[in-house]
Amino acid sequence: MPEVQVRKTLTSVEEIFHEGGPVSTTPSRRAAALAVIHNPFAGKYVAEISGFMDDLKPLGLEMARSLVAALGGDSRIVEGYGKGAIVGSAGEIEHGALWHVPGGYAMREVLGGAKAIVASTKKVGGPGTRLDVPITHINASYVRSHFDAMEIGISDAPRADEILLALVMTTGPRVHARVGGLKASEIKGEDGLR
Amino acid sequence: MKARIRKLATVVEETRCEMGQLIDPPTRRAAAVAVIENPHAGKYVEDLSELMEIGEELGELLTRRAVAALGIPGPSAESYGKAAAVGENGEIEHAAAILHPKLGTPVRKVLGKGAALIPSSKKRGGMGVVLDIPLGHKDAAFVRSHFDGMEVRINDAPRANEIMVAIAVTDSGRPLARVGGLTKDQIKGEDGLR
Repeated sequence: MPEVQVRKTLTSVEEIFHEGGPVSTTPSRRAAALAVIHNPFAGKYVAEISGFMDDLKPLGLEMARSLVAALGGDSRIVEGYGKGAIVGSAGEIEHGALWHVPGGYAMREVLGGAKAIVASTKKVGGPGTRLDVPITHINASYVRSHFDAMEIGISDAPRADEILLALVMTTGPRVHARVGGLKASEIKGEDGLR
Repeated sequence: MKARIRKLATVVEETRCEMGQLIDPPTRRAAAVAVIENPHAGKYVEDLSELMEIGEELGELLTRRAVAALGIPGPSAESYGKAAAVGENGEIEHAAAILHPKLGTPVRKVLGKGAALIPSSKKRGGMGVVLDIPLGHKDAAFVRSHFDGMEVRINDAPRANEIMVAIAVTDSGRPLARVGGLTKDQIKGEDGLR
């Protein structure tokens, strides 16, 4: 399979103090790591693409580690995660699906055995396309306070023959979470759901 | 702090290749953004000194964050820029009060020097408005390789009664600069221009 060629990376961190309610003493943080890579399958239909998933693993790990570093370096503070991809116009949605395994694997590896499925989304779009990356609790998908999303994008990516890959991590619930449901303190942690 | 901060964001962008040319070392730039309450939203206030003081606070806070995100000492920064977006209940003069009278001094203190004008832009807009922060060399405005711009946006800012303030810092110029003009090794650094 072809080599992974990275044109550019972007790391962004948001620190949220309040949203009109009480000011949080420990502001919650959300970070996104993006990488813009060449799409080796752009412009033609290629039947066998799955080998590229293995090639993406080192990049996934690099991105997951950069997220933990951007959040202060201690992976134990990470409580939520998500992933996404935007495929440039000469590619197909299936190319975005190549990110499921290496993106998810990388975050589990770095976070040490997170149990929940990594929420994800993807689309085909031009440069500047925005993607709302869904976020859920790393150990129990049903934790309601941690359902969230982070908007990501880069003004000049993805070009037609590129894929923009995204990983997202958060350090806590929505800033004023108060709609009930399963709490993080109630997680059983057996099935990744509750 | 005088500023009532709702959210802080930092973005780091790293370009590793462009048009098939390897960029080694990669060009890197960072922006730090604060979303604050606009104390004068919805009414005409003659004296804008409170916003000027907020500008002074944010000049230091945001420059420190941008430099930390790049992982470089302040004096190693090469170019800079600033911008603000005022929510719909404010006026463009509120952005001017933050950006122009007092913000520059702490920026230059963090960066060691900064003889050149800090290029700036401002606008009024709704949530998700795009800020294109102009960039220029910090010691000599005419360095052609460092004329650039960095786009930042936050999907939920500025709300009507908020102001979004951004400072961008780089450790490099454009990735493949080749249109001549004054180069950084020719800087005299006396007048901030050449």
